[in-house]
Amino acid sequence: MTTAATSTSKMAAEPAGGLRFYGVWLLGILVLIVLPMIFSSGGSLTSFSLIGIAIVFALSYNILLGQTGLLSFGHAVHYGLGGFAACHMMNAVVSHGWPIPLPFIPLFGGLGGLAFAVIIGWVMTKRAGTVFAMISLGIGELVASSSLILRSVFGGESGITTDRTALPKMLGWSFGPQLQVYYLIAFWLVLSAIAMYALTRTPLGRICNAVRDNPERVQFIGYDPHVVRYIAFCFAGFFAGIAGGLAAINFEIANSAYLGAIQSGLVLFSTFIGGTAFFFGPILGAILVTYLQLGLTNLTTAWQLYFGIIFIGIVMYSPGGIAGLLMMHRPLIRAGTLWTVIPSYLVAVVPTVALACGVILAIETVARFSGGDPINLFGIAFIATSPVTWLTAAILVVGGFFVARLAWRRIAEAWDKAATVARDRGYLA
Amino acid sequence: MSGAVSAAIEVRAVEKRFGNVGIIRDLNLSVAKGERHAIIGPNGAGKSTTFNLISGHIAPTSGEVRLNGDLISGLRPFEINRRGLSRSFQVTNVFARMTVWENVRCAVLWATGHRYAFWKNVDSLPEVRERTAQILDDIHLTHRRDVPAGLLTYAEQRELEIGITIASGATVVMLDEPTAGMSHAETDRAVALIRRLTEGKTLVIVEHDMSVVFGLADRISVLVYGHIITSGTPEEIRRDPKVKEAYLGEEAH
Amino acid sequence: MLELIVISTLNGVLFGMLLFLLSSGLTVIFSMMGVLNFAHASFYMLGAFFGFQLTKWIGFWPALVLAPLLVGAIGMAVERYGLRNTHKHGHVAELLLTFGLAFAIEEIVSMIWGKSPLDYRVPALLDFPAFTIFSTNYPAYKIFMLAVSVIIFVALLIVLKRTRVGLIVQAALTHPHMVGHLGHNVGRVFMAVFGVGSALAALAGVIAGPALVTQSDMAASLGPILFVVIVFGGLGSLPGAFIASLVIGLVQTFAVALDGSLASAFGPLDPSSGPSVLTDVWNVTIAQVAPIVPYVLLVLILIVRPMGLMGTRET
Repeated sequence: MTTAATSTSKMAAEPAGGLRFYGVWLLGILVLIVLPMIFSSGGSLTSFSLIGIAIVFALSYNILLGQTGLLSFGHAVHYGLGGFAACHMMNAVVSHGWPIPLPFIPLFGGLGGLAFAVIIGWVMTKRAGTVFAMISLGIGELVASSSLILRSVFGGESGITTDRTALPKMLGWSFGPQLQVYYLIAFWLVLSAIAMYALTRTPLGRICNAVRDNPERVQFIGYDPHVVRYIAFCFAGFFAGIAGGLAAINFEIANSAYLGAIQSGLVLFSTFIGGTAFFFGPILGAILVTYLQLGLTNLTTAWQLYFGIIFIGIVMYSPGGIAGLLMMHRPLIRAGTLWTVIPSYLVAVVPTVALACGVILAIETVARFSGGDPINLFGIAFIATSPVTWLTAAILVVGGFFVARLAWRRIAEAWDKAATVARDRGYLA
Repeated sequence: MSGAVSAAIEVRAVEKRFGNVGIIRDLNLSVAKGERHAIIGPNGAGKSTTFNLISGHIAPTSGEVRLNGDLISGLRPFEINRRGLSRSFQVTNVFARMTVWENVRCAVLWATGHRYAFWKNVDSLPEVRERTAQILDDIHLTHRRDVPAGLLTYAEQRELEIGITIASGATVVMLDEPTAGMSHAETDRAVALIRRLTEGKTLVIVEHDMSVVFGLADRISVLVYGHIITSGTPEEIRRDPKVKEAYLGEEAH
Repeated sequence: MLELIVISTLNGVLFGMLLFLLSSGLTVIFSMMGVLNFAHASFYMLGAFFGFQLTKWIGFWPALVLAPLLVGAIGMAVERYGLRNTHKHGHVAELLLTFGLAFAIEEIVSMIWGKSPLDYRVPALLDFPAFTIFSTNYPAYKIFMLAVSVIIFVALLIVLKRTRVGLIVQAALTHPHMVGHLGHNVGRVFMAVFGVGSALAALAGVIAGPALVTQSDMAASLGPILFVVIVFGGLGSLPGAFIASLVIGLVQTFAVALDGSLASAFGPLDPSSGPSVLTDVWNVTIAQVAPIVPYVLLVLILIVRPMGLMGTRET
């Protein structure tokens, strides 16, 4: 009766797990409250606000990619339409004198994103896989191009502007200062994250996973995969619209860049780099990508290329994203074998960093070849036109690559050993 | 509509052509309620195609299929499934990245009426939890409940396949070579499992292992080149010279 | 009016043939490997930029041969060192890899050549009007482009119908699941097909570069249209891709050429109605609508025939 024993012990373990579960959420909320008190500069508040918006957007994208297995190249359509809906709503509230305060506006953004999903989704989700990906791309282009034609709705090139402080006050807050906007975004972030997490734990959420894994078999347990995809698509559109509404509040403008291909690409990058298999993956990804985006734009003109390279690296070597990499270690920690892997990690750090530096040096050399500041890497200045720089880059890339490959092999071996032990101890299937 | 409600599955004059090639010709099959019916036949006879035609995986070119008297040919697979017919697959067809528990639970959800619900917590649905636990217990996979289905052994995946198939509580169960690729011990276990789980239900089974077929089935149909040449009790089939010639003869040599 | 129709038909067929140079490679790669190569339009762009650079160094004609070869080699490297390793993670991962690649290629190109259009000129040898119809001079270079596209089209037909590799490709088009049984050289076949597909895209780039705009966003603007073509034609169908290329090429060319709006046809709306969606739609010119026409066609075909024009496959 060992099987029954393990199953009951797992059942008994659930309340304790539940406590830890709520602890994580409460901790997250606490961090959101405290964060602006520690980093109170205008710059950090703006960054936190952008990161908050990006997290909602990335989580909404993962309803499609991670939960339902739908790869969309046009998710920004719902984000953008949500932004426009929010802007128009704000302007309407002001001009008609409706008693709707600002904190309710993101809901209208969500409805804007949802409305479009409801209309176009049924046709789009007829098919999954590559066809869906191509259609989402086409619809994205369609909406982006149309937005430039329908000037009365989208305001042409300049977009639609609004004034968030003109809305009725709530609890004495005018939402003029960035701090108040930050808390508004944090509030909606918590609300949306809880809602989206809850969605994964509903019958629909689980069937979405089943559709992702095996749409054919789903038909033989009573479900129409098309309907499942459609509902998931509508939810994703709704939450993307909320993110767009938050962006409209934050920037006080909505323009065609909101719903363009670059925005769609960024949310895909964030979500995939963070990891689609775990709920917190897109959160990590959104934080990292937004942070890099804000930080790198000041440092280099080639920042988008770095995204591309990181993305390609993740696709090729760690399709589970950062979250997947982290969670790989859980069984090892539980089995107590993680320490056997760490030395190999430390050995690999040196050549990997060297390789990364070489790649950075090479990219910056090309980017600044025809003028630009010298490259500053760890305080060392490199001149882009100097052969010394080229040689250093070449040595770092080639040398780093070959040594790193050896070091990574060592990691793989150490990992296999540790995993075998963990498997023997019953922590790994 | 149809007066004869006695048959669980009634296949009448079904044809299936792919292009000009007729895979199934004038197929007639009747499975009574509560009967355990085996379909046998040489490789390429169209056994899996027959399953696909009945379960709605492919639509017949002509002819009709009835489930408990209702016309189901031309319906989509999920519509047929909702009417109480469930099938398994010859090639294991589970939800690979989901745990064993989730696999079975998903198969329980529609039948327990939760459908596309996005306002209920799936973990706090007592009838779903009990039924899932019961089925895991039935297929002896309770100790593997948190393992992703893709990491199960082959025999375990076959058992899970059966578990998913019966989870909805369908009254008509179709199993496509449930013991294919299993060892003797595993086969014996699987047969006992099938016998127990389909108690009181209508069972249609495709199987190559003759000991399984003759041990399990109440009636047997022999399919050769997309046509059922004869149906009868195991005893009748054993004696039928046509069968010997067309099928068993092959193995007797 | 007749002048407009003749010239637009010529231009439309030309654009359509260019699209087919791209979509044929994309279709064959998709059929054989199951990968939709998102970077295909990027290879086209690389072709144009390599063509520009090589023309500057060694002249147009050597560049016409060399640039596609270079890009073909890059394509083979992508297949060998990228896609083959990603294959085990599934088609979505492969699609994402090519997506990341397209993104990176665009960045690299704009890093090296900048973001503004290049001065990629028609070679002097072909810089004369081929003929004059109704007072319009039709440039010889466009005739040359048309000729190259047709020659490649015929060559492709011959390769498909007459050679062993062609037979394998044809088998893959009709029976995609059989590709796995090609045996030990399946990797080499994939690599070759990927290389040839990329080289064809690059060739289209080299010849289209001087006639159209050579700029770092040319892949991003052509890519989506290309994907519309192959979804419209039916994924994995070469005849479908051919028809769709011509349809989209013609429709878009005519839309650009026909400059008119509902307002110009029926007179402006009552000015008192003020700006609204209706006035927007009323005043929009057909030329303005041209960029969205392919996508409208895409939505229509999905409603009417989800498989595409000639498609037979689910995925």
